[in-house]
Amino acid sequence: MGTTQILFWFLSVLAIGSAVMVVASRSPVHSILFLIVTFFAISGHYILLNAQFLAIVNIIVYAGAIMVLFLFVVMLMNLNADTEPPHKSKYLMFAGVIAGSSLLLLIVAALRRNEAVNQLTQLKGGDVGLINNLGKTLFTDYVLPFEISSVLFLSAMIGAVVISKKDKEVHH
Amino acid sequence: MPINYYIVLSVALFSIGVVGVLTRRNAIIIFMCIELMLNAANLLLVAFSKMHNLRLGTDFPTLASDAQVFVFFIMVVAAAEVSVGLAIIVMIYRNIHSVDVNFLNRLKN
Repeated sequence: MGTTQILFWFLSVLAIGSAVMVVASRSPVHSILFLIVTFFAISGHYILLNAQFLAIVNIIVYAGAIMVLFLFVVMLMNLNADTEPPHKSKYLMFAGVIAGSSLLLLIVAALRRNEAVNQLTQLKGGDVGLINNLGKTLFTDYVLPFEISSVLFLSAMIGAVVISKKDKEVHH
Repeated sequence: MPINYYIVLSVALFSIGVVGVLTRRNAIIIFMCIELMLNAANLLLVAFSKMHNLRLGTDFPTLASDAQVFVFFIMVVAAAEVSVGLAIIVMIYRNIHSVDVNFLNRLKN
């Protein structure tokens, strides 16, 4: 078992374990911190697959921007384990876990006999994930979607400001 | 690494996200589980892109970078979605002083 395999198993166990803790932990702040660990593990997988640009973007956008936004909102509302709403009834939790694990079982069982299943992924090699190639593709073939996504960001920004603005006219 | 390891890992992460959405009542945790599912899909897209790059990369040189640009756009959409969604959650919290989704079943008041 080489270094790549060891790293793959370590990152997989880290990702799945902290993802379970996101769902299981009582306090929202702990959930957010475990989700950041999951995102770092997924970034590690990207580096292992030599998708360096996506690894860095994943860290910057997800662990840097989105999770800080979550953390900010949770701390703004002063949420902790005491303010957490009580669990759903035992039967509903049981049913949720059963549903999720049957989804896992179903997809894995359906893909087991697929002939593509034993094809290898290229680890360490291949320069497709480098910023050089991705930038060329992004600014030649995908320049229109790129510009449209800037409009999407602008509308999301305006939408967030408008939604979270206090409306002074309405008195409850 | 064979692709089936990546398939099982991504499906496991996705299922954990589904379980979280089904079992938790805090709206923010549900939102985070949706992010987890998006990331599982991203990981699988990157793994498939590297698989096809190994097999068909010489015939179709842009095949794998197309997939990774697609992952980049998924991240763009996720970021926009999070900003609007968290604004909605803050607004809900300001109105009903709770983020419990069980209190959100009535849209009036």
